[in-house]
Amino acid sequence: MASAPTASARKGSGWFESWGGMAIGFASFFVIWHIAATWLVGSALFPPPWPVFLRGIVLAREGLLQDQILASLSRIMQGFLLGSILGVPIGLAMGSFMPVRKILEPYTEFLRFIPAVAMITVAVIWFGIGEESKVFLIIYTTIFIVIINTATGVAGIARNKIRAAQSLGASRWQIFLHVALPATVPFILTGMRLAMANSFTTIVAAELVASNDGLGKMLWDARLFMQIEDIFVALVCLGLLGFLVDRLFRWAIRTFAGRFSPLL
Amino acid sequence: MSLVSLRNVGKTYQSRLGAAYTAVRGFEMEIEPGEFICLLGTSGCGKTTVLNMLAGFEMPTEGSISIGGAQVQGPGADRGVVFQGDDSLYEWLTALENIEFGLKMRGVAKAERRDRAHRFLELVGLKGQERKHPSELSGGMKQRIQIARVLANEPAMLLMDEPFGALDAQTRSVMQQELLRIWQETRKSVLFITHDIDEAVTLASRIGVMHAGPASKLKGVIPVSISGERNRTSDDFIAIYRQVYGMIREEVALAMQRQG
Ligand SMILES: Nc1ncnc2c1ncn2[C@@H]1O[C@H](COP(=O)(O)OP(=O)(O)O)[C@@H](O)[C@H]1O
Ligand SMILES: [Mg+2]
Repeated sequence: MASAPTASARKGSGWFESWGGMAIGFASFFVIWHIAATWLVGSALFPPPWPVFLRGIVLAREGLLQDQILASLSRIMQGFLLGSILGVPIGLAMGSFMPVRKILEPYTEFLRFIPAVAMITVAVIWFGIGEESKVFLIIYTTIFIVIINTATGVAGIARNKIRAAQSLGASRWQIFLHVALPATVPFILTGMRLAMANSFTTIVAAELVASNDGLGKMLWDARLFMQIEDIFVALVCLGLLGFLVDRLFRWAIRTFAGRFSPLL
Repeated sequence: MSLVSLRNVGKTYQSRLGAAYTAVRGFEMEIEPGEFICLLGTSGCGKTTVLNMLAGFEMPTEGSISIGGAQVQGPGADRGVVFQGDDSLYEWLTALENIEFGLKMRGVAKAERRDRAHRFLELVGLKGQERKHPSELSGGMKQRIQIARVLANEPAMLLMDEPFGALDAQTRSVMQQELLRIWQETRKSVLFITHDIDEAVTLASRIGVMHAGPASKLKGVIPVSISGERNRTSDDFIAIYRQVYGMIREEVALAMQRQG
């Protein structure tokens, strides 16, 4: 692919830059956690990493951990994809046509200040404590960020890009397809990345409040039964999942959309 | 008949707050086929305004512009535009894809447009850079892509808005020579905007000097009849330079006065 040389040139030169530094960073995190838990706090309420790890293994052996992770992840993925699929065209329309922008701006400007977390109660009343309410909340938390980023991207396209296409003989539709859309791809992807981070926050909050499974539910149950290590297993899982999903996202952007934005 | 004629052209910009600014008024000019016209004027005098109207990006608020006898209604592939900055290039496309953009839009078959894009890429001296993206190329190379992109589309006319303004003196000089060579090969009509007298005398077959704004128009047109290679130190070069300088000096002083 044409973008391959760009991508590899941007990566760090050596093994250290690509993996070594990160490994040391993660290792130091667990070392500090261990020191803090064992010597600074020394309380049963703050377990060091090793017992948490062992507890995680036990939960994984029983298949419980995977179930919770899958429950949360599948909700995130459904809501995130639906929210993006809805948000991108709305954002494109808002950024391209002033009247559409004027009509829809009140919605986006009003609703984006009501956090998804605040919508949990309404969602549960409307959709019950099953999947629907969670997916609704993830769509809600995704869609506005994607819309706003997409609209900003379209509206910010350099005027000369459009003008150049016009005087090269492109039609309006071609300009949309071959100029406006690709010029906006980096903004769309940035919006989706931010939305993904929000989805994690939202799903945990929703599952804490009302759910039969998921990592949030696991946190809540562990608190009820004072299984302190389970709480930490869930927390570590959230961190790791978020990290991995974000990496995956960046990798996908670089591999499939690197040519749209050499800087992402 | 002239290829292009601008008759009594005026442009008044309306600001959002209701204030009006007349940038150009009573602008008259004819461009013959195959001519290389340099439009020279102080910064802010309305050069870009004239070019934008000719390109069809802006409509004149007075007078009329016609090309080949037909009124200009909007942008069209008969007028290729080279912009001052590099923000008109498509970062997500390679150099080659940028050059074939117009051909693709106009439905030229893939094999043929590849072929033509390659030819123009070589013509502007970018052989070997076809798979690079604009972000990987220098300012001079990016301007060459713009020029090749426009040439590959085979417009009747080139409109160039200070295309070398951002280049260093060395690159600029090389690009001027290449543009001259291309112009001599293709014999297209060129409207080339610059605020650099030296550049105008190097390139033009006629130089149009504009008044300082507001309500600017042509102050005079100077034919450049230097045969063969133009040499900055030759007598006829210097004579024309002096003549143009004399015309523009007062306008520079005026412009500075008006800006306070
Ligand atoms: N869209 C616009 N709205 C209002 N004023 C403008 C606009 N474009 C240009 N002008 C004004 O018109 C004058 C001429 O501008 P321009 O044609 O860009 O000058 P030049 O290219 O010679 O430097 C300037 O005073 C500029 O501020
Ligand atoms: Mg200008």
